[in-house]
Amino acid sequence: MTDIPAITIDADLQSASVKKSAEPSFIRIEGVTKKFGSFTAVNSVTLEIEKGEIFSLLGGSGCGKTTLLRMLAGFEEPTAGRIYIDGQDMTDLPPYERPVNMMFQSYALFPHMTVAKNIAYGLKHERMTAAQRDDRVRNMLDLVQLTDFAARKPHQISGGQRQRVALARALARQPKLLLLDEPLAALDKKLREHTQFELMDIQDKTGTTFIVVTHDQEEAMTLSSRLAVMDKGRIMQIGTATSVYEYPQSRFVAGFIGSINIFDGKVVSIGDTTTRVHVPEFGGDIEARSVEGIEDGAQISLAIRPEKLTISRTNPQSANSIRGIVRDLAYFGKDSLYRVALPSGHIVSVNSVNARRIGENERVADWEDEVWLSFDPNSAILLKD
Amino acid sequence: MNRRPVFLITMLCFGFAFFYIPILSMMVYSFNGSRLATVWGGFSTKWYISLFSNKQVLAAAILSIKIAVVSATMATILGTMAGIALARFKKFRGRTLFSGLVTAPLVMPEVITGIASLMLFILMAEYLGWPSKRGFTTVTLAHITFSMVFVTTIVHSRLVQADDDIEEAAMDLGSRPWQVMKDITLPVISPAILSGWLLAFTISLDDVVITNFTTGPGATTLPILIWSKVKLGVTPDINALATITVLIVGIGVAIAGWLLNRAERRRELDAQLAYRDNK
Amino acid sequence: MNEPHHDSRFQRWFNRRGWIKITIATPYVWLILFFLLPFAIVLAMSFATRTPTAPPFSFGGDYPLLNTRTYHRLVEDSLYIRAYLTSIFNAVIATLMCLLIGYPMALGLTRVSKSWRNILLMLVILPFWTSFLLRVYAWMGLMGTNSWFNKLITSGYNYLVPAEDALRYIPMMNTNFAVVLVTVYSYLPFMILPLFANLEKLDFTLNEAAMDLGSRPSRVFLDVTLPQSVPGIIAGSMLVFIPASGELIIPSLVGSSSRPMIGRVISDEFASARDWPMASAVAVALLLLLVVPLMVYTYFDGKAHEKIKSSGGADA
Repeated sequence: MTDIPAITIDADLQSASVKKSAEPSFIRIEGVTKKFGSFTAVNSVTLEIEKGEIFSLLGGSGCGKTTLLRMLAGFEEPTAGRIYIDGQDMTDLPPYERPVNMMFQSYALFPHMTVAKNIAYGLKHERMTAAQRDDRVRNMLDLVQLTDFAARKPHQISGGQRQRVALARALARQPKLLLLDEPLAALDKKLREHTQFELMDIQDKTGTTFIVVTHDQEEAMTLSSRLAVMDKGRIMQIGTATSVYEYPQSRFVAGFIGSINIFDGKVVSIGDTTTRVHVPEFGGDIEARSVEGIEDGAQISLAIRPEKLTISRTNPQSANSIRGIVRDLAYFGKDSLYRVALPSGHIVSVNSVNARRIGENERVADWEDEVWLSFDPNSAILLKD
Repeated sequence: MNRRPVFLITMLCFGFAFFYIPILSMMVYSFNGSRLATVWGGFSTKWYISLFSNKQVLAAAILSIKIAVVSATMATILGTMAGIALARFKKFRGRTLFSGLVTAPLVMPEVITGIASLMLFILMAEYLGWPSKRGFTTVTLAHITFSMVFVTTIVHSRLVQADDDIEEAAMDLGSRPWQVMKDITLPVISPAILSGWLLAFTISLDDVVITNFTTGPGATTLPILIWSKVKLGVTPDINALATITVLIVGIGVAIAGWLLNRAERRRELDAQLAYRDNK
Repeated sequence: MNEPHHDSRFQRWFNRRGWIKITIATPYVWLILFFLLPFAIVLAMSFATRTPTAPPFSFGGDYPLLNTRTYHRLVEDSLYIRAYLTSIFNAVIATLMCLLIGYPMALGLTRVSKSWRNILLMLVILPFWTSFLLRVYAWMGLMGTNSWFNKLITSGYNYLVPAEDALRYIPMMNTNFAVVLVTVYSYLPFMILPLFANLEKLDFTLNEAAMDLGSRPSRVFLDVTLPQSVPGIIAGSMLVFIPASGELIIPSLVGSSSRPMIGRVISDEFASARDWPMASAVAVALLLLLVVPLMVYTYFDGKAHEKIKSSGGADA
């Protein structure tokens, strides 16, 4: 998305993101739009992805991520815009002429072929001898540790193994780009964690560029070098997991990734490092780290993640502190969640890590206790919308 | 529901009695010694003997099977093509007419199809000189036409149910549409194609009305032979023929059922093994 | 892209566009030649005049295709109207009977254990695989005046009525009753199978929910099962009604010759009277009265379903 100007972010975060160079990016998606009748599934998306990245498209169902992926694979034709891979215009090529392979959410294994035949299927279109082909299949089986299952049919292996066959089949042609549609969605929770790391390991070994579509934010954050958050066909934000989580640029992204408290506010004064914001809910002003592009007197939103709030029974005497009453608390073991009511009635979520071992009655705060919430100006996020 | 649905079970029993009592009665009477088909005159197998020595019956049966094999094979090829065309090619000129042509024979009264085909063949013979006389060719042509749409129905519904994923996957792996069709789609829907063939075969083997209109002298199929006999009344040797038919079909269906059952059990076993391997 | 270069031009054409064209054109041309053309002939023939030549027709007059003599006869001669009415009456009764017997059977099939269900389904389909003609024939044996079945029914009848009304046998053969009975017998599987396919898919937890909310089983059936099975009822009824109304074999073998059904009339006009134009006109009228309305109904019904499905939303 080009119409949201980038905010200045820390230098270390900047370096972790795209390396800006004169050379064009490995994958370039330029103003791609896809309409189905009157419905716009993908709305002028522009995106650059570097070689060797694991890039995630993250969003809820219907956000356009799968349509974008299918346009990269060649199953859908963009209504407008172009797609380049390695400098070549791919937009009008059919799927069978693209150096791109896809791992389907359903795995889409050929039910009438063995595991080895499935993996070998894409190779019959390559110019290679039978020996080379067998060799490649063996390597792929080895890569996904399925050598013993080569002669089985898809219905004779487990879900996790099927997932690996699908991966091996898609990688066998050594594509320039591998597309993964919800690669872990069909696996149970335990297997999913394990497979996540296996997938990263395989990506590391092959060096293939991965684009992963997922609705699972944890999955996206663990797997990818960068991710794009999508909503209603548009890209809302692109960046590393850290930058998207810590520096969301819109209420949508702030709310979509993790949980967050959001308040309406008005800019009072802008300093070099901090901006003074009046928040009616707090009954006063607070300090937040300055953000580029915000003007004096503007209506803005203030967002604070629950874990960035400190809860205490006594007034911490810091600049950003608010009073409230504990309405609810949930103990999760490693941390606790407090729901604190402000005088205005607004409920704020506070997450507090239980670093020390404490007894039942030694909690920081209890039901109906009056407490103070405080936060560092650095942790407060100012959002323009 | 824990309570037994007494009424439904009763209806099932009644229904199956209704289905099978006439057939069983016919089978019992095929061993009737009496010439009067409906009066019991002691046990005898003479009708079977007379049936097997009847060359006319044998010739008619062979002709029927020949027509059924040829027409079922052609109907399967044409019907599968039509099924693929309707399920996979979303836009082509005349698609609406085509889908109408594929469903119309399913609901067309056989008498109408019969006289329409006969008039066509007579006019073709008159003005084209082919097929010069009615018989094997005309009957087969008519059978292909009205049984191919049944194949289309089966193949089409199978293709519509099939998930497009595996076809897209094959295309993604570098296959052009025709290769996808050959490597993936056709093998995957082959059971549907086979059952289409079987259906076309039985439809052809069983047909009386359309055959009656389109056949000519010297080409008497088994149903036509039976038809001409039963029009005159009940005859014991038809009972014997019916008994044999029912037994052949019954055994065939039982074997098919057993094979299907075995395949299903094997799949279940495979799934269990896969689950254990994964542990 | 990677095709070997020795491919012939035909092969290249076939691989790219050709196979699609062949796949569409072959069955299309076939159906036009052997299905559509014959019906065009029937339609044209219904406007012709019968002549004692071979083939026995001619197109005459200034407007050969507007000669409606046959259609006048169709309306004027009560034979045809009666035949249509008999056909529709018989087909309606047979369809209702099939529904009354077939519905509980189909519902029963969904309630028995899985292994029983497979066997029973096989038993429903089995008669379908045996010869239609032989199934009709089986009833000829049962309905004859000397048969055990007729004797059984007759003694049952005699037991119920006063002695002076007792009968020696009940005349069943060559009656409309026989036609309906054998039609029900022959087409019952066509009612049971679509109904079963429909009922099997229904979610039984809905019934449990309805019972949980206080409905008695009969109420549950009326409120939950029956409304959901309407598509199955329509499909099954069409499969029975359409062939039953145009039936030829059953009325020819067990029906009354004084009250012929329409299929018999078409066949007789054509084969015995050699009146091709009249037979064609009767056929066209049958199509317009029964088949076309039902086809149009299914077409729009299918369209409506497609619309609902496609408006279900395209996922990302």
